Amino acid sequence: MISFILIIITSLFFGGIIIRTKSITSGRKGPGIFQPIKDIIRLLKKGSVYSKTTSFIFQIAPSIYITSVIMAIMIIPFGGYKGIISFKGDFVFFAYVLGVGKFFNIISALDTGSSFEGMGASREALFSMFAEPAFFILMGSLTLLTGHTSFQQIFASLHFGSYISYILGVLATFVLVMITMVENSRMPIDDPTTHLELTMIHEVMILDNSGFDLGMILYATNLKFAMYGALIANLFMGTFPLYLTIPIFFGMQMLFAIAIGLLESFTARFRMNHNAQYILALSSVSLLIFLGVLLILGQFS
Amino acid sequence: MEIITAFILTTLLSILLVPFINVRWKGLVTVMTVVLLAILSSIIAIEAMHGKQIEYFFRGSSVTGKIPLRADALSGFFILIINFTFLTGALYGLQYMKVYRDQKANLSLHCISFILLQASLNSICSLQNTIVFLIAWEIMALSSFMLIIFEHNKRETLNAGINFLIQSHICIMFLMLGFIWVALKMDSFDFRAITVYSTNNPLLAGVVLFFCFFIGFAIKAGFVPFHTWLPYAHPAAPSHVSGVMSGVIIKIGIYGILRMLLQIKSDYLVIGYIILFISLLTGIYGVMLAIIQHNLKRLLAYSSIENIGIIGIGISLGCIGIGKGNNILSIVGFTGALLHTLNHSLFKSLLFYCAGNVYQAAHTMDIEKLGGMGKQMSHTTFLFLIASLAICGLPPFNGFVSEFLIYNGLFTGLRGSDKVLLSWIVCGLFGLALIGGLAMLCFTKAFGSVFLGTARHHFHQTPKEAVIGKLIPMYGIVLLIIAIGLFPKFIITAFSKPVSLFAVNHFPSSHLPAGDALSIIGLCSAAFILLAGLIYLIRKRMTANRSVEFNATWGCGYVGSTEKMQYTAGSFVRAYRKLAEPLFSIYKKKKEIEGVFPQNGQQETHPYDKAEEWLIDYPLRVLKGFFNKFIFLQNGNLQFYILYGVVFITLMLGIPFLVEYLKALFQFLNKL
Repeated sequence: MISFILIIITSLFFGGIIIRTKSITSGRKGPGIFQPIKDIIRLLKKGSVYSKTTSFIFQIAPSIYITSVIMAIMIIPFGGYKGIISFKGDFVFFAYVLGVGKFFNIISALDTGSSFEGMGASREALFSMFAEPAFFILMGSLTLLTGHTSFQQIFASLHFGSYISYILGVLATFVLVMITMVENSRMPIDDPTTHLELTMIHEVMILDNSGFDLGMILYATNLKFAMYGALIANLFMGTFPLYLTIPIFFGMQMLFAIAIGLLESFTARFRMNHNAQYILALSSVSLLIFLGVLLILGQFS
Repeated sequence: MEIITAFILTTLLSILLVPFINVRWKGLVTVMTVVLLAILSSIIAIEAMHGKQIEYFFRGSSVTGKIPLRADALSGFFILIINFTFLTGALYGLQYMKVYRDQKANLSLHCISFILLQASLNSICSLQNTIVFLIAWEIMALSSFMLIIFEHNKRETLNAGINFLIQSHICIMFLMLGFIWVALKMDSFDFRAITVYSTNNPLLAGVVLFFCFFIGFAIKAGFVPFHTWLPYAHPAAPSHVSGVMSGVIIKIGIYGILRMLLQIKSDYLVIGYIILFISLLTGIYGVMLAIIQHNLKRLLAYSSIENIGIIGIGISLGCIGIGKGNNILSIVGFTGALLHTLNHSLFKSLLFYCAGNVYQAAHTMDIEKLGGMGKQMSHTTFLFLIASLAICGLPPFNGFVSEFLIYNGLFTGLRGSDKVLLSWIVCGLFGLALIGGLAMLCFTKAFGSVFLGTARHHFHQTPKEAVIGKLIPMYGIVLLIIAIGLFPKFIITAFSKPVSLFAVNHFPSSHLPAGDALSIIGLCSAAFILLAGLIYLIRKRMTANRSVEFNATWGCGYVGSTEKMQYTAGSFVRAYRKLAEPLFSIYKKKKEIEGVFPQNGQQETHPYDKAEEWLIDYPLRVLKGFFNKFIFLQNGNLQFYILYGVVFITLMLGIPFLVEYLKALFQFLNKL
C-alpha cells in the first residue's frame, strides 16, 4: 500500500523534473515541476474529437491501458513491505498485465486506419517484445541469487556482499533503466519531442486521442515512469526502517528523473532500424548478470 | 460395458443412417450423434477423471489377442477436451455447412467422417492394444483427410489433403516401427508390454524407443521440423474442421507423447532436455513464421505450432522434474502442459470459428484485403479480441494461467540445480518470453488488420454478421475462457488426478504447488476487470456533458479517403520481417516506380517455410533427379513394356535356379 501511495505522489512531479532538467541544461528556465500534471488536468476537462474510422476499441483502450499500469503498480513492493498484490511469481503477472495495456494501445492505434499510427504501433510491438526476454532473464537471475520468486521477497533478501554483487547491482540498474526507456518510449529509443510523425513511436500512436483519453494516456506514462523508478529504488532499499527508505525512495526517483533528463539532453536517438538489435542486446547484459550470479553461487568452481 | 456397446452402436447406426436422409436433416442427425457420443464417452471419462481405473477386455481375435480398454485420468482428460471441441465444432459446422446444401453426397461423406473422427479419437484415448490402436489411428487419419478435402474441386485443397495423408502415414510408420519392436521382443500387443520391456532393458533402448514414438506423435502434434502438413491442411479445411483439427487432432499427438511417457520407463532427464530443445525451436519458429503470413487461417495454423511448443516446454519441465526427483517441478510442468492443452483447444477453435465467420462474410482469407470488419461484425470482433488476448497469454484470461504455471516451473527449476539445467532454464525463459512478445505482434497484426481500420479491398456484398446459431457455441467457449481465467485454482484442482499419474511421489490435491499464487491470480484478474470497468464508467460520467466531435483521422491535414493510405498488415510487420529475413525464405516480386512518367508499382512477398524447403522439397528434388535418370525405360513402346515383363519373370524364375547351380558348383569345387 505504501509503495502505491508513494508512486502516485512521485508520478505527479516525475515528468516535471525531466522537463526542468532538460530546460536547465539547454540554458532555459523551464516550467515548474508540476506543469505536466497541470496539463493533464486541463486535458481531462476538455471535450474530444474522434476519428470517424474508429470503433469501440478506440473508446475502451485508454481506460484499459491506465488500468493495466495501476494493476502493475499494485505489485511493486516497498523495501520490506509488500505491495498490495504479492504472490510467488508476481513479476510474471507484472510483465503480462503491462502487456494487456500495450496490446490495447497497439490495436487502438490500428483502429484509426491512419497511415502514421500503424507505424508507431508496429515499432512499439516490436521493441517491447524484444525487451521482454531481458526482463525475464534479469528476474530469473535474481530468483537464482535469492531463492525467492516474488518482487518483495527478492528485494528484501537482496544484499550486496562481494565485488561481483556490486557489479551485478550496476548491471541490473542499467537493464531496468533501459527497459524503462523502451517501455516509455524515451531517448535513446524514441524521442518524445520530435515533431515528425515518421520518427515517433509512442507519440504517433496517440495522434488521434484527445481530451479525457489523452489525459489518461499521458498520466499513465507518468505513472509508468514512477513505477519503474520505484522498481530501481527497491534494488537499493533493502529492509531499512521507513524513515530511511522513504527519503531513499524519493532520492532515487529524483536521481532517476534527472538522469533521464541529462540522458535526453546529451544523447541522440538511435537509428530507428537499429533499435531492435540494440534492444535485443539488452538480453545479453541480462545474461551477463546471470553468469555473475552463477559466479557468486560458485557454480564455476 | 453397456456404455461401450451403446457407443459403438450409435456410431454405426448414424453412419448407416446419414446417407439416406434428407439433406436438411443430415447436419442435425450428425449433431445429435456427436452429442450422444459425447455424453456416453464423457460418463466414462468423468469417472476416470475422479481417479477410478476403468478396465475392460474385448475378446478380440486370434490376430490381436485380448483387446484391453483402459481409461485412466489422462484418457479421461483428453476425452473430455475432445468431446467439448467436437460439440462446439458440430454446432458451428451445422450453420457453416448450410451454404453447401446442394452437394448432397459430399455432405453425407463429410458428416460420416465427422462422426467417425470423434469416435476414433475417443477410442485412441482408451484402447491399449497396439494393433487396434493403429487401426483407430488409421481411421482417424482417413476421416480427417475426408474432412479436409471437402472442397476437393479446388486444386490447393486436394494438394493439402494429399500432403496430410502422406505425412499421417509417415507418422503411422514410426508408430508401427515402435510397436513391432516391442511386439517382437515381448510377444504381446498390450501397452503394458512396453512398460515391461523398457524397465527390463538398458536405458538406451528405452530412450531410442521413446523417440521412435515421439517422432510419430510429433508429426501429428506439429513439432518443428515435422510440422509441414499443418499450414496447408488448416486453411484448406472448412473452418469448423480447422477448429477441431487445431483444437484436438493435433492434441492427440500430445496425448500419445504423454501416454508413452507413462508407459516407457527410461532416462527422463535426457528425454526432458531433448523435448525442451525441440519445443523451444517449435515455439519460436512457429510464431516467427505466423507473423509474416498473409492468409488468416495459415497464420492461425502456425500459431498452433507455437502453442504446441509451449505445451512441449511444460512436458519437458515435467520430465526433467521426474529425472531430478523434483516433485514440485514435475507437477507444475505437467499441470502447465495439460492446462495449456485445454486452453489452446478453447481459444484456437474459437479463433478458427471467427476466421470462418470472416470467410463466409468476405469470401477471402487474405489479411491484406480485409479490414474494418469490426463495423459490420461486432460479435465476431469481440470474440476474436478475447481469443487473441487469451492466446497471447494476457490476464485476465485462461492463456495467462497456463503460461504462468510454465514460468513457475522454470523458476522452480532454478532452485538448487546444476549448471547444465540452469543454462537450459535460462534458454527456456528467453524462449518463452520471446514467444510471448512475438505472439503479441502476431495477434495485434491479425486483429488490427482484419477487424479495424477500413476495408483494403472493395467487397461485392457488404460483409454481414454471422447468424446467431454460429455465435452461440462461440460464446460458450468464451465463457469457459473467462471462467478459467477467473477461477484457476478450481480448474487446477480438477487436474490433480491426471497429473498425479506422472508425479514422483504422491501429493495431496489440496496442497498443489503454486496453488496460492493461482487463487490470488484469479482475484487479481477479477480486480482487473472491475477496475477497468470502473475507470471506463468514470470516464463516461466525466465526459457525458463534454463536446464530442467526429472527424477524419489525422493525416497531416489530408482529409480525403484514406483506405489506400492506411497501414497494411505487411507494413505493420515490415520492421520485423527485415530483421528476421535471414532466417526465412521469402520470395519477393517488386516493380519499382521509376521514370518521368511512372507506371503502377507493386510489391509482393510470398513467405515460405525454410524447414519445408530443406527437409521436404530438397530431398524430393534429389529423389526426382535420381529417378529421372531411369526415364529412358518409360519410352512409350508397348513392345518394350512386354519385354520388361518377360525379363522380370525370367529373372524371378532364373535367379533361384542360378543360385542353386552356383551352390552346386562351389560344393563341387570344394570337393576338388
